[in-house]
Amino acid sequence: MQRSRFLFCCLCLFSVLSSVRADDVEQQIARIKQVQKEGQGNQAASQAVQSLSQADASALIPILSSFKGANPLAVNWLCGAFEAVAANAIQQGKLPEAELEKFILNKSHNPRARRLAYETLIKVDASASERIIPGMINDPSVTLRRDAVQRLIDQAKKLEKDGKKDAAKQAYEQALSGATDDDQVKAIVKPLRSLGEKIDLQKHFGFLSDWKIIGPFDNRELKGYDTAYPPEKNLDFSSALKGKEGEVNWKSVNTEDDYGIFDIAKEISPYKGAVMYCAADFYSPGEQELEIRLGTPNAWKIWVNGKLLFARNEYHRGMIMDQYSVPVTFKPGKNVILLKLCQNEQTESWAQRYQFQLRIARPSGTGVLSEKPEATTQLTP
Amino acid sequence: MNKSAFQLVMPLIAIGLCCGADWPQFRGPLTNNVATSDTPPTLVDQESIAWTADLEGRGASGPIIVGDKVFLTSTTGFKQDQLHVLCFDAKTGKQLWDRQFWATGRTQCHNKMCVATPTPASDGKRVFATFSSNDVVCLDLDGNLLWIRGLSHDFPNASNSLGMASSPIVVGETLIVPVENDDDSFTTGLDVKTGISRWKIKRPRVANWTSPAILKASDSAETLVLLQSSEGVDAIYPETGDTAWSYEQGAGRIPSTTVGDNTLYIPSNGLTALVPGSSSEPPKVLWQEQKLSPATASPLVYEKKVFTVNRAGVLTSANPEDGEVIWRLRLKGPFSATPIAAGKHLYLVNEKGLLQVVQVGADEGKETGEIDLKETILATPAIADNALFLRSDKHLWKISSK
Repeated sequence: MQRSRFLFCCLCLFSVLSSVRADDVEQQIARIKQVQKEGQGNQAASQAVQSLSQADASALIPILSSFKGANPLAVNWLCGAFEAVAANAIQQGKLPEAELEKFILNKSHNPRARRLAYETLIKVDASASERIIPGMINDPSVTLRRDAVQRLIDQAKKLEKDGKKDAAKQAYEQALSGATDDDQVKAIVKPLRSLGEKIDLQKHFGFLSDWKIIGPFDNRELKGYDTAYPPEKNLDFSSALKGKEGEVNWKSVNTEDDYGIFDIAKEISPYKGAVMYCAADFYSPGEQELEIRLGTPNAWKIWVNGKLLFARNEYHRGMIMDQYSVPVTFKPGKNVILLKLCQNEQTESWAQRYQFQLRIARPSGTGVLSEKPEATTQLTP
Repeated sequence: MNKSAFQLVMPLIAIGLCCGADWPQFRGPLTNNVATSDTPPTLVDQESIAWTADLEGRGASGPIIVGDKVFLTSTTGFKQDQLHVLCFDAKTGKQLWDRQFWATGRTQCHNKMCVATPTPASDGKRVFATFSSNDVVCLDLDGNLLWIRGLSHDFPNASNSLGMASSPIVVGETLIVPVENDDDSFTTGLDVKTGISRWKIKRPRVANWTSPAILKASDSAETLVLLQSSEGVDAIYPETGDTAWSYEQGAGRIPSTTVGDNTLYIPSNGLTALVPGSSSEPPKVLWQEQKLSPATASPLVYEKKVFTVNRAGVLTSANPEDGEVIWRLRLKGPFSATPIAAGKHLYLVNEKGLLQVVQVGADEGKETGEIDLKETILATPAIADNALFLRSDKHLWKISSK
């Protein structure tokens, strides 16, 4: 009787200590999640992450779960704690492999947490890749999806090489459904087109191809970037305005370029020291948090529904797809996007580009189309 | 020396004493490309490779060495947005740890560059790693996270579409991080213990890939940090970011100022030699020489000579007192990595991975050996443990005596 009471007490004590440890893990996570910009909360987070890094393997899943709702800075702090704990667990042979796999397969968890869990798991179980990756073709995790797309591209290539054209086409099409990275899309579209398929890349990526444009306004000596010309104050497409070279009117333009590039220098005029304004509509079925993804070698400002979202005063440092990602909350119905694009007066051959490409995407990179078909030509079947 | 100067200099001296053989940051302990006590092999060949470690991802940052550990950075992922700080055993090449973080700023780079271009720095207790995304990570030597900052997350217009490359340096209790670009351009001094900014100063709004250098004009002078930009060079106090003096005749935006024998060599109007005055007094121009204009690699001062490498791969040796050319040696270029020096020899690795060793003579330079590592190398090597450490995207090598 005495012995069983003693064991019971030990058990209670152990469970109390365990729960304290668990509480402590949660407390440290909470302190870490309070870090903010410019180092606010760094000191508390630093103490917390050092304490958390000493935790045993049971802290791994709680740390990963806490990525949800954490800001990008806090995610990195949590990442540091996770890796320290995981390294110890691997060394001691105590990595909770089954729990990690379950965590990865649950798509409601933070995509970066799932990726981190995946990379940790395959350090001890390389075969997990074959179990996990095939199911990730439309996954919210950009990187897990990328691996799944690559797997299908490799399969399709092999099928094509073996002369199995229909099966190859099917595999390429499946790969395209999940592909958002340009290199993979290119690797899929080229063979698909050679197999006779028509691919609407503008639609795939969510590029806006129909624009209204007006200009040029004066940007000599770079004074136009901070000058609020009339379109910034009132967007009236019907009235003529005083431009740099006389009266200017809004005109409708579009682009058939696969990547939605509208080339002002080529399609309108190679203006120098100029400002052009470009406007497009985006119809949203409800309130949506998406990203405007812009590529341009010119300085720019962007407004949505009259509110300035971001501005960037950089010229001729290259242009690539998704060069800038600007978070935006679209309201239900019609949203008006206004882009101010500034060209400087540099005379070098590499400084003559005056162009842009703009798409709407989810944070995962998947293109999102305007809901009202007549709003954009990319929706034409 | 006043009290604050004393407080500033003591940690430098302490680091110098305890880490004399270390290579704790870009261009070495004194940011002048010279090893203080180590002598790597001068007759090198394939047999000189002590070990080779595999690397994953991309990286143009140089290795640093603290004690028996080698630290370097790399990135993985299609968008190079997975940031790695890696640690290797200097004796064996065994990877000791890998810590991973996500970029919170933009990761766009020119194809030749990559997100892991800035070389990390260490104060002997901590490792500070910065990336083109302007994320700054501080770990202890065992890989435990001490703090992390996202400077582009904090200031979203602090970025460069061609990529950021400036390497941070540590002076006393301050980590100096240049974030100089076409838009929100600044340099900040972070508290090494917390990562919180001690100061943040506005900088010229022009893309800038140069790295800071340390100037300590005399034993009694305060240590200054040299920040180079297209406008020239500003000498600042590392504790406050206040400007001590400025040289305003313009400078390059890729090769960095080097300090040697109490003279500054600035990539400006070819190459400009400046003699510093007191801490608050602007330096005087000693000479300017167009023939010594450096290409990508920073100038080097060694064995009473100043060296530059031009676009054609020609190594030029000049008199540091008047800029007069003494000898030239045509090497196989092109070079992105800065030459480094030890034991009366220069070590130059070209972009194709050919390491060339040059003996520094009074009247001529003579090549004494080479190893073809056959991989693209853009990173400046490090010297420690009487060996060279070099990295490509794929490998880290230790080159030492047989």
